[in-house]
Amino acid sequence: MHDMSAHAAQHHAPPTSFIRKYVFSLDHKVIGKQYYGLALVAALCGMVLSWMMRIHLGWTNAAIPGLQLLSKTGAPGGVMTPEYYLQLMTMHGTIMVFFVLTTAPFAAFGNFFLPIQVGAEDMPFPRFNMMSFWVTFVAFVVLMSSFVLGDGPTLGGWTQYAPLNAVGSVAGPGQGLGVVLWMISIALFCVGQLLGALNFITTTLDLRVKGMSLMRLPLSAWAWFITSCMGLTAFSVLFPACILVILDHVAGTSFFVASNLVLNDQLQPHSGGSTLLWQHLFWFFGHPEVYIAIVPGIGIVSHILITSMRKPMLSQRVLIYCMGALAVLSYGVYGHHMFVSGMNPFSALAFSFPTLVITIPATIVVLIWVFSLYGANLRINSASLFALGFISMFVSGGVSGFFLAQPSIDIMLHATYFVVGHFHMVMGVAAMFGIFAATYFWAPKMFGRMMNETLGRIHFWLSFVGTYCIFMPFHYLGMAGNIRRYSSFPDDYLQPLIPVHRLITVAALITGAAQLIFVYNLIHSRFWGKPATDNPWEATSLEWSTATPPPWDNFGGKYPVVYHDPYQYGVKSSVGDYVMQASPEQVKTDHDEK
Amino acid sequence: MAKFFAVTIIIIAILSAIPILRHTWVAPEDISTHGYLIDEQMSETMAEAGIAFLAAQFILAIFIWMFSNRGRDAKIKKFPGGATGLVIAALLLVGAEVLALGVFGVKAWADQYLTPPSAGAMPIQVQAGQFAFYFRYPGPDGTFGATHPELINEGSQNFFGLDPEHDPDSRDDIVTAEMAIPVNKEIHLLMHAKDVGHSFFVRELRVQQDFVPGLDVSLHFTATKVGKYEIVCTQLCGLGHYNMKAYLYVYSQEDFENWVKKEQAMQ
Amino acid sequence: MATTIHEPPQIEPDRLPDHGHSGNGGWRNLVPADGDLRVTQDYSPPPSSTAIWVVLFAVTMMFAAFTSALFVRKGSSLDWQTFTLPSILYFNTLLLVASSVTLEISRRRVATYMGGLKSQVKSPARWLYITLFLGLLFVAGQYVAWLQLRAEGLYLATNPSSSFFYLLTATHALHVLGGLGGLIYVIRKLSKSALRRNQLVATARYWHFMGILWLYLLLLLWIKL
Repeated sequence: MHDMSAHAAQHHAPPTSFIRKYVFSLDHKVIGKQYYGLALVAALCGMVLSWMMRIHLGWTNAAIPGLQLLSKTGAPGGVMTPEYYLQLMTMHGTIMVFFVLTTAPFAAFGNFFLPIQVGAEDMPFPRFNMMSFWVTFVAFVVLMSSFVLGDGPTLGGWTQYAPLNAVGSVAGPGQGLGVVLWMISIALFCVGQLLGALNFITTTLDLRVKGMSLMRLPLSAWAWFITSCMGLTAFSVLFPACILVILDHVAGTSFFVASNLVLNDQLQPHSGGSTLLWQHLFWFFGHPEVYIAIVPGIGIVSHILITSMRKPMLSQRVLIYCMGALAVLSYGVYGHHMFVSGMNPFSALAFSFPTLVITIPATIVVLIWVFSLYGANLRINSASLFALGFISMFVSGGVSGFFLAQPSIDIMLHATYFVVGHFHMVMGVAAMFGIFAATYFWAPKMFGRMMNETLGRIHFWLSFVGTYCIFMPFHYLGMAGNIRRYSSFPDDYLQPLIPVHRLITVAALITGAAQLIFVYNLIHSRFWGKPATDNPWEATSLEWSTATPPPWDNFGGKYPVVYHDPYQYGVKSSVGDYVMQASPEQVKTDHDEK
Repeated sequence: MAKFFAVTIIIIAILSAIPILRHTWVAPEDISTHGYLIDEQMSETMAEAGIAFLAAQFILAIFIWMFSNRGRDAKIKKFPGGATGLVIAALLLVGAEVLALGVFGVKAWADQYLTPPSAGAMPIQVQAGQFAFYFRYPGPDGTFGATHPELINEGSQNFFGLDPEHDPDSRDDIVTAEMAIPVNKEIHLLMHAKDVGHSFFVRELRVQQDFVPGLDVSLHFTATKVGKYEIVCTQLCGLGHYNMKAYLYVYSQEDFENWVKKEQAMQ
Repeated sequence: MATTIHEPPQIEPDRLPDHGHSGNGGWRNLVPADGDLRVTQDYSPPPSSTAIWVVLFAVTMMFAAFTSALFVRKGSSLDWQTFTLPSILYFNTLLLVASSVTLEISRRRVATYMGGLKSQVKSPARWLYITLFLGLLFVAGQYVAWLQLRAEGLYLATNPSSSFFYLLTATHALHVLGGLGGLIYVIRKLSKSALRRNQLVATARYWHFMGILWLYLLLLLWIKL
């Protein structure tokens, strides 16, 4: 056996001090766990924000005890003002989209498992990797600081449309310093993600171990690779857009602020800027961003399902092509967020067709999942339940996209709760289910301990039924004409819908509480869970070939050699109905991909 | 647990479909000339999306029921046809659906956005600003007076920044906080944003269009039924967004003329 | 579920990877299912090579975003005022192009030096220093251009045209400074005889890209401003 430890040392030496081991770590596994912790904290913040929003929507004049501690002006006596609702709503969206849905499925699990799944001992640029986490962390701190600085966070929504985002505090609380802090935070976030994408791409292309061809990569690795390519393209466009807004605020430029605008009876000093420019730049990033949120989930769920089903998917290759198609097409559809924005109406048709066409790869993915279940031998556990739940949620969220893709229908559904229902089903539920599935599946490998299965199933049932109860009604509200981003519904038309909102709020609070079961399970199992074996799921990919948890250089100074496809299940081998990728055992299969 | 899960999926799918089938929450009655195209498109899409939704959830549930926990020696089977059949099915079915919806949807869109207003359409200007809509009619001379942003003053109710002293065209302009139109007459709505982005949405009229600061956009439509309807802002514009609305009154020709006289007297 | 007993990971005998990893490199390079290792080769590119293309792609996208912002902003209103570009820009361009030439010269000398023919190359870092110096002169020259514009009363917020001028040139200059940092890194590594070929190649690619990017920006500014 050739000991590679001398060369492993060349990469970076094993850390010894506490700071190097757990704080400023170069180890991709520690960085992955740090990202996970950040996403967890962010998710809890985002969830609490959603509770406050939902309570206010159902019971507008109710005092929320303690809210006045967060902001005396925003919630005097605990009663939320309309502006504070919008500020909390903006933070909810920003935190969830950036710091949870981009961070957990991609940065957290990808950092931990991508190098291991390709057989490497770490990523090629560990210092950039470490920087990527800490820059993201600082971005989070900057964002949260807007709660306590100036007159609070920006109230312009996570989409921060111009010119509301650039005219300054004359437009409302939080629109001065709050916007600048938001832009700085997101600009930093972009930098962090670009550094991460750099590592993910080079790891996948250059560090694959012997025998690991691209087609032998597990689907999760492909998903992380495709997502990092999307991130590379998208975040490099959001970053300059944020810079332009900051310049409009602090340097007196007018990139986004048009002429002759009057606020508070005063003519604004800016002139000539383009309102729609921001929307184009933002959505060029924004649409790929939502695929960045879901594609890792698609890969992870496929990976987990295959292990649970004990058979590979009907076609690994087609799934990879579909993920790639989603990524590529995502750049051509962004205008569907702008159908009624005032852009050229011909463009609306030009964007509508690719948006409808993107349904095709998404449908193929669902069909392959569902029809791969045929003839399987599904093992039911928390991870597989969430993975199956993901399919149901992805279908539910996906079909509403069908409506929104058509400009004529969008006339009626734009800016209603229908849109909110759509994106919450796919991002707020499906992508979250992907994160949960990944946690239950990989916690044994990451922490060396199994998570409690009973608590996991309770968490699943409450979440599955609960999220349907919350978000399915959103679609009906939207079809009935319920406008979104309203802090309350005082007018004649929407008053009759308030009872529906109250029911939703109750569902949201219960479902939210159920998530605390998950947090408890995670923390409790981390320290007192049942010790996990190296391969508790009888899985085949490289992360299961190494110790639990993996040593600092992943494979103990040695490199595995890959002999097989990633998903050799349903075969007869010396260990059972599967053969691991790194096992030289020759078994009879009818589906070894080349 | 697998069987329980399968049943749950089916129940949720059916429960989700019930409000749709019973038309519990639907868009309000269409009062426009072009809206029927949108409503037809919506029904078409609902039928197709609904079938896809139910089929996918049902098949998922059935397969979970049939193929879970079959014991360690169960034989693994492959769906006949494999991925090839599925890809072809998706391409054909979804492709056809997508093309159909896309092509048929063009007409509804084109009617609204790709055709100019007819020559006799009545021009009305609407200005959106934090947090109200104001409307302006050109008055008997048929000409809108020039607007001067620096003259805008909410306190003195000069919402449009008109200069009646020096600009004769603006002297007979009618500025109102509510919008009135005659039934069955095409309206050419000229949209101007005073400060930040807003949007104009009348559900019954089947029109929604953003105001774009720096770009004056316009809409045209014809209302077919007398009544009082809400105009709501749907583009987040600040703290008063939730409350930013005006009322649209569709009058008979006679009532409309009375309304104009009344408003003129109040200028 | 029973604990699995599986084959320990196989070690690939008698091959020392030269960049700390054992990369495979491509779908051409399968280990056949019958386990015969004799036919495999290591085709993997060094990560720094892929990395630099990734970086350059991100930089390209950013300037593409700025370019589209320029086009849209110019077309969205009538307040665009064109002005003559400060003539020092053309001189700066020559400096940057020259620095690419000197960088290529230095690459050859360093390759000879690191390749073992140390006696043939007296000071291998000399042309690197010259490149560095030319790069610094370029940045200084850009600063002079900004001073010249300020003397004409054209500041960042004066007009959208001047806004884009400062924005594009400053962003480019910042990236050039990053490239200078890379050059310093290379010089330091060379002085310890610890420079790897890939590092110099990556730095050179980045530097040349800065030159090409500048030529593009100059053309854009010249046409549009």
